[in-house]
Amino acid sequence: MALTVIVLTRSRNLFTVVVLAGVYSFLMATALVALDAVDVAMTEASVGAGISTVLLLGALYLCKSEETKPVRKPWLPLAVSAAAGALLVFGTLGLPAFSDPAAPIHTHVVPRYLNDVLRETGVPNVVTAVLASYRGYDTLGETTVVFTAGIGVIALLRRRRKQPGAANKQDAAK
Amino acid sequence: MSFWSHFSYAITIFLMVAGLYIVIARGNLIKKLVGLGVFQTSVYMLYIAPGKLIGGTAPIIDANFKVYSNPLPHVLILTAIVVGVATLALGLALVVRIREAYDTIEEDDILASDEGEPGGDGQRR
Repeated sequence: MALTVIVLTRSRNLFTVVVLAGVYSFLMATALVALDAVDVAMTEASVGAGISTVLLLGALYLCKSEETKPVRKPWLPLAVSAAAGALLVFGTLGLPAFSDPAAPIHTHVVPRYLNDVLRETGVPNVVTAVLASYRGYDTLGETTVVFTAGIGVIALLRRRRKQPGAANKQDAAK
Repeated sequence: MSFWSHFSYAITIFLMVAGLYIVIARGNLIKKLVGLGVFQTSVYMLYIAPGKLIGGTAPIIDANFKVYSNPLPHVLILTAIVVGVATLALGLALVVRIREAYDTIEEDDILASDEGEPGGDGQRR
């Protein structure tokens, strides 16, 4: 995965970048399965590797697919990124170790969900139960966000409806 | 505290820094959006990795299992993925419009073209 990201950073051909982004998404989905997040992995594989790649390819079709050489030297962004990374590494020193059952994330509300979810909702999949039953309003808000984005895409691209390609992109955005 | 106990954080931070670097250093707008996607997936790792319990299983209640991984980060990240693809679609639509108005998707060329003729972006559609 790290290798994919490094090649992705260095590559100039945008088609390569887009395909590598799809590969990266699949690798991320695999890692998520290993971390027990099966629902998230399914969504990532379909949305991250599928729809995102299609959207990026659609945009590439409408734009040039070669990146010109950067005019500036990359040292300043590199320094900023490295500084941010060092700060984050410093921050992790205070975090609990991987898979520590006594970590705060496992001790607050989660046992209540895991113990009562079957009795209260009858849905064995806890992720679905929380998403649809306990936090249904948040999911409604999420749908609103997607709807707004779709309207924005249509408003931006409406002028070019005569040409092919734009119509495909609008359909994909919905 | 050992190196391996914080290995997941190290991966998360590497991805985050790589995404940040792509967003800052590259002038191409589509490449910037891909970098933003890498940054976003690093946040997925940041949330999901602490929820894993070694020996646990996916949070689907069954009589055969006693230990489950934490389901709440999964719910949050499901929402984040969907919102992420919505913002990506909107960003790409903006890139396509910029390409129509300026005939380039390189940031430097756009800036140069703006300085060449002030207020030019309004008339060039």
